[in-house]
Amino acid sequence: MKQKTLIALAVSAALLAATAAYAQQAKPGAISGDVVKVGVLTDMSGLYSDLGGQGSVEAAKMAVADFGGKVLGKNIEVIGADHQNKADVGAQKAREWFDQQGVDMITDALNSAVGIAVTKVAGEKKRILMDVGAASTRLTNEDCNPYTVHYAYDTYALANGTGNAIVKQGGKSWFFLTADYAFGHSLEADTANVVKAGGGTVAGAVRHPLNAADFSSFLLQAQASKAQIVGLANAGGDTINSIKAANEFGITKNQKLAGLLVFITDIHSLGLPTTQGMFLTDGWYWDLNDETRKFGRRYFDKMKKMPTMVQAGVYSSTLTYLKAVAAVGTDNADAVMAQLKKAKINDMFAKNGYVRADGRMIHDMYLMEVKKQSESKYPWDYYHVRATIPGEQAYQPLSLSRCPMITKK
Amino acid sequence: MEIFGVPLQAMLGQLLLGLVNGSFYAMLSLGLAVIFGLLNIINFSHGALYMMGAYGAYIGLTTFEMNYWVALVVAPLVVGAFGMVIERAMLQWLYKLDHLYGLLLTFGLTLMLEGLFRSFFGVSGQPYPVPDALRGATDVGFMVLPNYRAWVVLASLIVCFATWFVIERTKLGAYLRAATENPKLVQAFGINVPLMVMLTFGFGVALAAFAGVLAAPIIQVNPLMGSNLIIVVFAVVVIGGMGSIMGAILTGLGLGLIEGLTKVFYPEASSTVVFVIMIIVLLVRPAGLFGKEK
Repeated sequence: MKQKTLIALAVSAALLAATAAYAQQAKPGAISGDVVKVGVLTDMSGLYSDLGGQGSVEAAKMAVADFGGKVLGKNIEVIGADHQNKADVGAQKAREWFDQQGVDMITDALNSAVGIAVTKVAGEKKRILMDVGAASTRLTNEDCNPYTVHYAYDTYALANGTGNAIVKQGGKSWFFLTADYAFGHSLEADTANVVKAGGGTVAGAVRHPLNAADFSSFLLQAQASKAQIVGLANAGGDTINSIKAANEFGITKNQKLAGLLVFITDIHSLGLPTTQGMFLTDGWYWDLNDETRKFGRRYFDKMKKMPTMVQAGVYSSTLTYLKAVAAVGTDNADAVMAQLKKAKINDMFAKNGYVRADGRMIHDMYLMEVKKQSESKYPWDYYHVRATIPGEQAYQPLSLSRCPMITKK
Repeated sequence: MEIFGVPLQAMLGQLLLGLVNGSFYAMLSLGLAVIFGLLNIINFSHGALYMMGAYGAYIGLTTFEMNYWVALVVAPLVVGAFGMVIERAMLQWLYKLDHLYGLLLTFGLTLMLEGLFRSFFGVSGQPYPVPDALRGATDVGFMVLPNYRAWVVLASLIVCFATWFVIERTKLGAYLRAATENPKLVQAFGINVPLMVMLTFGFGVALAAFAGVLAAPIIQVNPLMGSNLIIVVFAVVVIGGMGSIMGAILTGLGLGLIEGLTKVFYPEASSTVVFVIMIIVLLVRPAGLFGKEK
């Protein structure tokens, strides 16, 4: 009797192993075009090319190499393209990639305007977009669709992290320096809500044109407001030049700056003497733990810079996608999306991350304070991690969702 | 005392900052006006050469430990020499053709130069420290003005008026102006016109580089810093009257002031106000405020 059970067990084990092996080999036609193509759509030459750009393409290639170069016995290919920060160019490229080049998944898609344009194409073509670099919460609210994952961060999480922390530390009165377009307005509004909810006040805001040449005049207005905190609701070069002028005019002596979207490349470019003591929220930092340090150093060997959260996110999103393809045995978008929304994400970027029904990837965010020059011990040693914000608290709760897929239910 | 709800102090502060920005407009548009006035070339690469001036200072500091004051002389000379090479190698063949050819050539150059610097330095830019002697700020009564900004206004005024003086009031300037009116006749008097043209272009370019070095401690040294500024500077030249030296200087300073006021009353329009003025001026005086009808 015992022997029979053993035999039965052995047979079923063998069968299971066989099916598992079978699943590793793609069924004929399970991989479209006999190759899995990942498209990195990014800004290759404009103001965001340091935080995404060629570094994003390299990060995607590293993910493919780490995965073994093949999925289900088929080759994996990474291609990159420049969207020039233009929504129409981005949408056009996405269309061409899906229709003619057989691209299975697009990643990065930084710049909110481009991200929103591409998510519409993805929804229409029923192909997958894993948006990493765009900030707007619209991707998982008004413009959500079943084929989009918003991976690394969004304006809600940024406002929540930095705004909350500063209000708690006593920074109750705020003045905003806001880039005068959709992204800046939504970052300002999100942060103002957090400040008011925490019992703070907003003394006012000045809207400056994108790529303004000189910030001194706007900063004098911020100074005249006498607010404790000057919130920088802008990005890239605008943030860099705001911080520079704030130092020159001695604004940082009596008021504190809060960078609402600051990347490590911005800190590197400005240097610690100008940025020390500033709070910011980030989705990833190369010096968090051994795993992130290992990735950071490998990336550094190739690019001579440490990766930003966007580049690390592109790596992670590519890896997560390939794992999902391997698990379901096909690159069919519906099957892969179902798997993406089911499996936990555990890699050097996220711990127990998961994709919510609205497409938002939930993972921990970090509140950073920029180190003083004297505290920085080695190159790119820039941040104190002041708090880890659990994913559930960092992102907009589903109950506030404006995504039709959620509200209809 | 308040003006339209803005305290007088704040207003004066903003006007002073406008003057600082106006100084840059004046220096850059002056270079453009000299080049257009004497060579008939619309130099679209002016912004890129301004950027090269700033990078000249940065590279000088990081690679050769050249201090700010040395860079202020060396960077314009080097970039000016580079300008002369461009003039001899490319621009001199275009003088007889339509303006459009010069514009296209210099536009192409801009793209190439910016691309090169971008691939070496990335787009986030590099920091350049304020020189020690000009650190700190002075309380001028209605605001605290960083010393460096005061120096920018001073340096720019000296350079602008010296240029105006040389071109409008000296013998050398008279040759230059004559050579633009009738190069053949001037050459017949034994003056080497091509050499003069080359040096003039070099000088205009050096002015741009000088402005670039002045700007380096204020804004991040960045491959795209020129293209953010050049369109406004073109508008300044058009408003002042193409080729008018004094027009370029006064319009540059004046528009800086108007832009400064706009930043107080309606900041959203601060990047457009210059172009609104340009349209009005073109409608009323098509040759520009200081230009002569031909």
